[in-house]
Amino acid sequence: MSTEAKSAMTEFTSNLRSVPRRMLESAFRSGKPNTDRTRSTFVFSNVFLHLHSVRTHRWSLRWTTTMGLGLATTAAFLITLFTGVLLMFYYKPYPDVAYQSIKDIHFVVPTGRFMRNIHRWAANVMVVTVILHMARAFYTASYRRPREFNWLVGMGLLAITLGLSFTGYLLPWDQLAYWAITIGANIAQSPREVTDALNLTDYFDPGGFQRSLLLGSEIVGEEALIRFYLLHVMILPLALVALMTIHFWRIRKDGGIARPADADARLEAPAGAVYPVFTQAPQKTYQLAAIVKGRTSAVERGPENTVPSMPHLFYAELAILMLTALVCVALSLVSDAPLKELANPSVPENPAKAPWYFLGLQELVAFSAFMGGIGVPSVVLIGLGLIPYLDREKAGTGEWFGGPGGARLVRRSLMVGFGASILIEAFVIRFGWIREWFPHVPQLVVTALNPGTLLTLVYGLYSVWLVKRYQSTRAGALGLFTCFLCGFLVLTVIGTYFRGPNWDFYWSPSLWPHH
Amino acid sequence: MTVIPGSPKSRLDPDPMPRRDWLGLASLWSAASALLFGLVGSMRLPKAAVVAAPSKTFKVTLPDSLAAGEAFVPAGRAVAVYRDAEGIHAISTICTHLGCVVKSNAEGFECPCHGSRFDATGGVVKGPAPRALAWLQVKVSGSEIQVDEGKAVPSGTKVKNA
Repeated sequence: MSTEAKSAMTEFTSNLRSVPRRMLESAFRSGKPNTDRTRSTFVFSNVFLHLHSVRTHRWSLRWTTTMGLGLATTAAFLITLFTGVLLMFYYKPYPDVAYQSIKDIHFVVPTGRFMRNIHRWAANVMVVTVILHMARAFYTASYRRPREFNWLVGMGLLAITLGLSFTGYLLPWDQLAYWAITIGANIAQSPREVTDALNLTDYFDPGGFQRSLLLGSEIVGEEALIRFYLLHVMILPLALVALMTIHFWRIRKDGGIARPADADARLEAPAGAVYPVFTQAPQKTYQLAAIVKGRTSAVERGPENTVPSMPHLFYAELAILMLTALVCVALSLVSDAPLKELANPSVPENPAKAPWYFLGLQELVAFSAFMGGIGVPSVVLIGLGLIPYLDREKAGTGEWFGGPGGARLVRRSLMVGFGASILIEAFVIRFGWIREWFPHVPQLVVTALNPGTLLTLVYGLYSVWLVKRYQSTRAGALGLFTCFLCGFLVLTVIGTYFRGPNWDFYWSPSLWPHH
Repeated sequence: MTVIPGSPKSRLDPDPMPRRDWLGLASLWSAASALLFGLVGSMRLPKAAVVAAPSKTFKVTLPDSLAAGEAFVPAGRAVAVYRDAEGIHAISTICTHLGCVVKSNAEGFECPCHGSRFDATGGVVKGPAPRALAWLQVKVSGSEIQVDEGKAVPSGTKVKNA
């Protein structure tokens, strides 16, 4: 009796002692990832990791394949998500108190300024990396079949990223915020530039509808702020997460990162002792009836140059995450997020400048609101979206600047892209445009024919010429994408550094007139 | 749809649809249309039937020292009021391009946001503005002037003391 009781007590205490270990084992059932088998189970028995495949091709892990840009974008998003939730503790989305609450975050809340700085810098990093990531996917021709749809998803992610930035800088309700909402809402209303000219606005007014949907009122006020807040903290992040999930899932389903057909041959021999790699073609392959279409991937493929994702891929991902965090934190220590004066509805700032990534757009709307804000961006987006469906060539997939023409064509397109945009801008700055020469010309003429549309036309024609010259759609796409990047860069630099009060051209801010 | 073996297949004499298929399809379409109508209905919510906005009419008294052709801007209003020999007129200072508030200068108006310029009557002389600045309805009774920001009048309409 007493021995039984004693052994039960012993068992109980030993069970109690082993609780932490048992808990850990029940949570991570696959054990330490130190064999090929446990490295696999480490991935597919973890809900967060199982979007990855258990093995990763060695080509995908080369630094020059992706440069980690997509991962850096994701990392920046996670950082904004974390800091954004913290900022929500104190931010109040109501015009009278919004500005004050940002001031509180800046001056009173412990670590508030630091968190706000990180949030702002991570958002900037996200915009930069998402654009660079898109350029990487384009220049390595990674958008081709079967990855066309993922290119479209990526474009949606780019648009949402810009939307998040826009709705974000409106929230402090300072001068920048107020006038940015005003201008943004009026860009949404700018289809009226066309319907007015055609005398249609009384019957068909998509512009007015969009504006009232954004503002929830006729004026920029509390309804507008709560709408932009809702977009910023709820609707757009949810949409972003949904699209990101699809984006990542499709990378895997589309066969991983795009690589050249001869990637295996070009890879250096693996350090066999360190990296366990299948070095011989499997003797036997299996086909799962009705689940796998066609032949299983291993048939007659020769050596599979894959390594376990754990640790090779995950450590690389962790490194990118840490690097992105380091960059954001370092920038936050050096430079504070700006906060202008409280919003003043009767006096805009002069000049009233948007954040840098919208200054190219601001330069375009300074030619025509509808064309700059809606027309040209739509043409660019449609053009980008069509690229994977028009370019069905094979040559150069997975290669930097792959395809006919290659790096030489890109260098030439850089010259055309920079040349055309700088020439047109120089002409407008020196000689003005139609309105100054013929003040009474109908608005439709200015809307249709302005420096923005002209530049788009020049780029389009150059790209068509490339298709003819190289007999290749890919060559045309290479030229067009490079030109658009150049145009974006030139307009952004002019908007940032060379525009002063009243949006006039100045060689330097030191030449601005003093008020 | 299930094909019943052995039954005649012709466009003019089609197979009768099995009842179970019909019920299945009918419920699918009912579900789809119910979701669609629900979605369309909830889309009406973001557009308020009545929106609160400050009054668009306001009263102002011009200072006696106001010279002809000199702009008087009432505090908190995006309007410039003028008085000259032909009467009184008010020009909206909201840019017709993207809604920034323009500043009056010696030649007329200039917009700080995208560089539109207007002459003294509000006509566009430079920049992206698609239309001239709006002239607003003015009512004059004695020294008091009532301006309605919501009502535009043809450019050049000047009002004398009634």
